[in-house]
Amino acid sequence: MFALLQKLGHFIITFFQRLGRGHVFLLQVFASCGSLLVRPGLLVKQMYSVGVQTLIIVVVAGLFVGMVLALQSYYALVDFGAEDSVGVMVALSLVRELGPVVTALLFAGRAGSALTAEIGLMKATEQLSGMEMMAVNPLQRVIAPRFLAGVISMPMLGIIFCAVGIIGAYFVAVILLGLDYGSFWSQAQAKVDLYHDIYNGILKSFVFGVIASWIAVFEGYDCIPTSEGLGQATTRTVVHSSLAVLFLDFVLTAIMFSK
Amino acid sequence: MSNNSGSDILVTITDLSFSRGEHKIFDGLTMEIPRKGITAIMGPSGTGKTTLLKLIGGQLTPDAGLIEVDGLNVHQLSSVELFKLRKRMGMLFQSGALLTDLTVFENVAYPLREHTRLSQPMIHELVLMKLNAVGLRGAAQLMPAELSGGMARRVAMARAIALDPMMIMYDEPFTGQDPISMGVLVRLIGELNSALDVCSIVVSHDVPETLSIADYIYLISDGKVVDKGTPEAMSKSQSAWTRQFIEALPDGPVPFHYPAPPLMDDLYQMKGLE
Ligand SMILES: Nc1ncnc2c1ncn2[C@@H]1O[C@H](COP(=O)(O)OP(=O)(O)O)[C@@H](O)[C@H]1O
Ligand SMILES: [Mg+2]
Repeated sequence: MFALLQKLGHFIITFFQRLGRGHVFLLQVFASCGSLLVRPGLLVKQMYSVGVQTLIIVVVAGLFVGMVLALQSYYALVDFGAEDSVGVMVALSLVRELGPVVTALLFAGRAGSALTAEIGLMKATEQLSGMEMMAVNPLQRVIAPRFLAGVISMPMLGIIFCAVGIIGAYFVAVILLGLDYGSFWSQAQAKVDLYHDIYNGILKSFVFGVIASWIAVFEGYDCIPTSEGLGQATTRTVVHSSLAVLFLDFVLTAIMFSK
Repeated sequence: MSNNSGSDILVTITDLSFSRGEHKIFDGLTMEIPRKGITAIMGPSGTGKTTLLKLIGGQLTPDAGLIEVDGLNVHQLSSVELFKLRKRMGMLFQSGALLTDLTVFENVAYPLREHTRLSQPMIHELVLMKLNAVGLRGAAQLMPAELSGGMARRVAMARAIALDPMMIMYDEPFTGQDPISMGVLVRLIGELNSALDVCSIVVSHDVPETLSIADYIYLISDGKVVDKGTPEAMSKSQSAWTRQFIEALPDGPVPFHYPAPPLMDDLYQMKGLE
């Protein structure tokens, strides 16, 4: 009984310690981002490995999600004779929810885990300590560019995901199922609002970008520098950022789309 | 005492205490490291030699005690001042700690690009000179993953001397090397020290190699200095501790057993569990 209580207490204390460290770390990273103005090359390099290399999986996933959405909405709507609304249905689901969320989940799995593993390995091989001893701040040279690259890439990936998804839906609805080309596009155009839907979707993506990149770089920087600790940190990145994204999506949806 | 930047002593450690959790690593450690020559710090694995170098470099903060480098109290400096001090220190990590995504050339050029405004041709020339000093000019375009352990350490040496520091700290430079590259490293440390006329601190548990190059030796164990002196004095020392370490005896003041309750107690306890 006593041991159980002790374990619980230990768990709670380490949890809040980590939470505190994570927030201090985030502030330090924000403070370090300014140094990238002097070395934009570092950011560009990370934009490539974080953003561009995640592009393929985002495009492929977006295409299939759009195609499936079109099929399912067609089957549901055709009973009511409302199959002309497939376009708007798909566009709204993608822009408001699936675009930002699925992109963030893919990002956590593809880019987040890679970031954690890379930073953790740099820590384990003393590269971060080595930089510190060369009077170079690793937060500025290693962490800040990766974090910022994630934050900038995520909304772009989200937009691409939605665009490809809508093209996929167009392919299924108009070309395969033979719906009317004009009503597919005009309904979608009329019902999707630039501010209410698209900007809010991009804002969501941005928030997810901050969260997922923060968790990824923090887990790497804070990991126990052994092969076991590194494996655990990588797993935690994927699990925690996925849960955080899903939870925040609920909160943001409740705020943005409340009537 | 607070300002001895003109004196012969570069690093002063006074009554240093440091713990990791419950484990007390240093407990009242005191030593002085001269401005010139090679000072070796020896002790068995796990005594905290790496920890000591990190304390000197300001990466860790002591629980109590004072570390002064060139008259500056390392742990009272602002981060800007600490970085300024670190530019005058070179440190060689056990693993080399080369940046794995840069070539050998770029690794050595890294501190120059970060901290100086030298022109490209200048940097090129300097880097090749540093690499030449460690005999690896030909390896300039290799990636760190393509180097052997001994070569990686030599590149790290070239990087450590890139900014012409006043002191170089070597963490276990000989560990895990074959006899030939061990010999190369021993010779290099000696040559660099006399060519650059700096303070070299070599942390090691390799007895013959260290005895052969050091000007002065500190032996540490259990968080304290247990013996000190020149290599000749050390070889003749009557201290049981020094004898055990230098002659590599398995048991002595440093026990063969990790601290444990008597064997019988442990065995009985096992029975109790059944
Ligand atoms: N990051 C760390 N966290 C906790 N304990 C550590 C850490 N690094 C080293 N230690 C412990 O500190 C002691 C001294 O380590 P170290 O300075 O690496 O010894 P040495 O270099 O002499 O072999 C060891 O007992 C080690 O287990
Ligand atoms: Mg060590």
